Amino acid sequence: MLVYSLKRLALALVVAVTVSIISFGLLYLSGDPAIAMGGESATAEDIQAIRVFYGFDRPLVVQYLDWVARALHGDLGKSYYFDASVFDLVFQRLPVTLTLGLSAILFAIALAVPLGIAAAVRPNSLIDRLALLISVMGQALPSFWFALMLIVLLSVTYPLLPPSGSETWAHFVMPTVVLGYYATPAIMRLTRAGMLEVLTSDYIRTARAKGLRPPVVLAKHALRNAVIPVVSLAAVQFGFMLGGSIVVESVFALHGAGFLAWESISRNDLPTVQGLILVFSLIYITLTFLSDLVNAWLDPRIRIG
Amino acid sequence: MIRKLRASALIVATACLGFSPDAQAGKADDTLSFAFADQPPTLDIYVNTGRQGIVLSRSIWDSLLYRDPQTNEYLPNLATSYKWINDTTMEFELRQGVTFHNGEPFNADDVVYTINWAIDPNSGIRTRRNVDWMKGAEKLGDYKVRILLKEPFPAALEYLAGPVLIYPNEYYAKVGTEGMGVAPVGTGPYKVTAVEPGKRITMERFENYFDGPKGKARIGKVEVRAISEVNTQLAELLSGRLDLMWRVPTDQAEKLAAMGRVTVKGSATMRIGYISFDVMGRVGKGPMNDLRVRQAIAHAIDRKGIVKALVKGEADVVHSACFPSQVGCSDDVTRYDYDPAKAKALLAEAGYPDGFETPFYAYRDRRLSEAIIANLAAVGIKTQYSHLKYTALRAKVQAGEVPFQFMTWGSYSINDTSAITGKFFKGGKDDYAHDPDVAKWLEIADTSTDLAVRKENYRKALRRIADQVYWLPLWSYNTNYAMSKDLEFEPTSDEIPRFYLMHWK
Repeated sequence: MLVYSLKRLALALVVAVTVSIISFGLLYLSGDPAIAMGGESATAEDIQAIRVFYGFDRPLVVQYLDWVARALHGDLGKSYYFDASVFDLVFQRLPVTLTLGLSAILFAIALAVPLGIAAAVRPNSLIDRLALLISVMGQALPSFWFALMLIVLLSVTYPLLPPSGSETWAHFVMPTVVLGYYATPAIMRLTRAGMLEVLTSDYIRTARAKGLRPPVVLAKHALRNAVIPVVSLAAVQFGFMLGGSIVVESVFALHGAGFLAWESISRNDLPTVQGLILVFSLIYITLTFLSDLVNAWLDPRIRIG
Repeated sequence: MIRKLRASALIVATACLGFSPDAQAGKADDTLSFAFADQPPTLDIYVNTGRQGIVLSRSIWDSLLYRDPQTNEYLPNLATSYKWINDTTMEFELRQGVTFHNGEPFNADDVVYTINWAIDPNSGIRTRRNVDWMKGAEKLGDYKVRILLKEPFPAALEYLAGPVLIYPNEYYAKVGTEGMGVAPVGTGPYKVTAVEPGKRITMERFENYFDGPKGKARIGKVEVRAISEVNTQLAELLSGRLDLMWRVPTDQAEKLAAMGRVTVKGSATMRIGYISFDVMGRVGKGPMNDLRVRQAIAHAIDRKGIVKALVKGEADVVHSACFPSQVGCSDDVTRYDYDPAKAKALLAEAGYPDGFETPFYAYRDRRLSEAIIANLAAVGIKTQYSHLKYTALRAKVQAGEVPFQFMTWGSYSINDTSAITGKFFKGGKDDYAHDPDVAKWLEIADTSTDLAVRKENYRKALRRIADQVYWLPLWSYNTNYAMSKDLEFEPTSDEIPRFYLMHWK
């Protein structure tokens, strides 16, 4: 188990470094930060002054290594746009995104796993068809459209929920449903497929033959095995929820970290984007790492193989 | 396109589903809710280049003078009177009994401190051109100051009535830009009571506001929120949680107006669209060097038709290289009407009977670019279109790499012709004509304090620009505002909604 964990950890670190190098390079291709910072009215001299002040005139490699050295000391630099510490900015915004991501993935699991089980227990039944419909719709609905329709219905026509902001739990209801629904189809179909496979296996037949009640067979024997791929998927989906909540955060004006990333890219605010990429990739890598560990714990075959 | 579809979908769906009574009304609790798509990075207006900052700053601070947005007349504000001692010296008597929001009294020290701090190259302020024309400020008495100019600069009044806002010296010396950025203190009609970074800024009427030309604020509280998505702003407005929104896309504004639930008003803005040509061959030898080709292009583009079909609202065709309300702007220049046949003839005369192919750059509204491209194609000019981000295109333009482009310019809302001609025709990086006569006339116009001399020289320069088609002005733009039916607000062409002039019906 230890060797397995260490191997995974090393792999995770390589991924983190690669991501940061690629993103650093790509951002520099996208435009000159000094021009963006100067605004519309800046003269060429203003821009040159900004360039020297922030050190954009140094070679790219030097700028990158400088950033890495400071990041290792916990200093993510200062945002060009906000004139504030990136560390503070990111951790100011992260709670909103984490709350949204977590509630969305819980919503998705709560909706998808029971539906998946039900669909697998009675394949080709009405409930299976219904589950299929929900899953197809979840994949086909553009999230901005779904979000706007919810707003029209629940904020404008029947003013039950606030359309934007992040002050109370009520502000999170619609974003959670929209974002969570997006993750539902994959989890549900994987649960269904896993359950179908497991339910035909010998030990389930044995369990049934022993006279165990169907719910016990399903929960204790079938689900634990069927759920293994679902755990990995949910972890990956949670990562998507964090990084991919940009559209939802933007529509509902939630101003979390995903939205900050999107805004910072369009402002060429490199330190903020760099900081966010680092934090997001670390979260993502941690999640994948943890899901690997959970799977290894659930299924001994993984850690031996 | 997708953004538009989304907005349309929202409005149509809203219209179909019908309405319920307002969830909450701004009038009832005397709170005006307004939204920006983007939050200001800091409220310290001297280090903020964004439009949101400009809008807020005019409510939080005061300048020495004030330009009446309806009459464009310069009125005394923090100053009670001013006089020109000579071309480069102005003297101001200051208003007595004015206090800042934190209780600090306003006097000559604040004016001298603000100006001398701002012009210091190390002050870190972002828009240097707002203050760079000043050499310094001197205190002559507790309520008397003198401002020294580097050289004659008639647009001084416009700047002193706009972006040169007066800071409280003791407070700023203590808290610096970090403190001012989150807890701004001014003398203005509204004082900031809460700043939640990235979410909202709350302001309250300043009860001790002096009896000046801006007048006391009439609405008790103003809440400005950051909502990036225009559709969400619409939903907030329609559900009564927002009282005012701006920059509503024109086609949505038409639908909203037809629904009749909110008031929609449009206003022409100081921003104008233009086409710039590689007149002097900065990029290299090419068709744009030829006057007849430029004239042909001017005749080929159906500006009136594009304004009517696409720009809409209060926008209009512009003939001269300035916005009509700007001091010194004259539209007594050669006009180029839409005439494709004449365009073809001119192209043939220039040696391009079958047209030619040229790169064409733009950054803003793709629909407008496409209309221009279609007009050009109709006379035989084929374009290789590049749609870039503003910063990227500006870098290319200033590096002298763009032979032909469609861009826009907002004159930083400065109501003076120098704010536009100075950028494009005085030999700077954006100047592709480099006409020494134009530069000379503009220099006279920019520095004379005699209005008649200024007007005469701007007229000469603008006529040459139009005759030679150094630059083809296209049209002005339109900003749409949608507001609660309870709100009384008249938009202005400088795109600065003034909260202190708004009131409930």
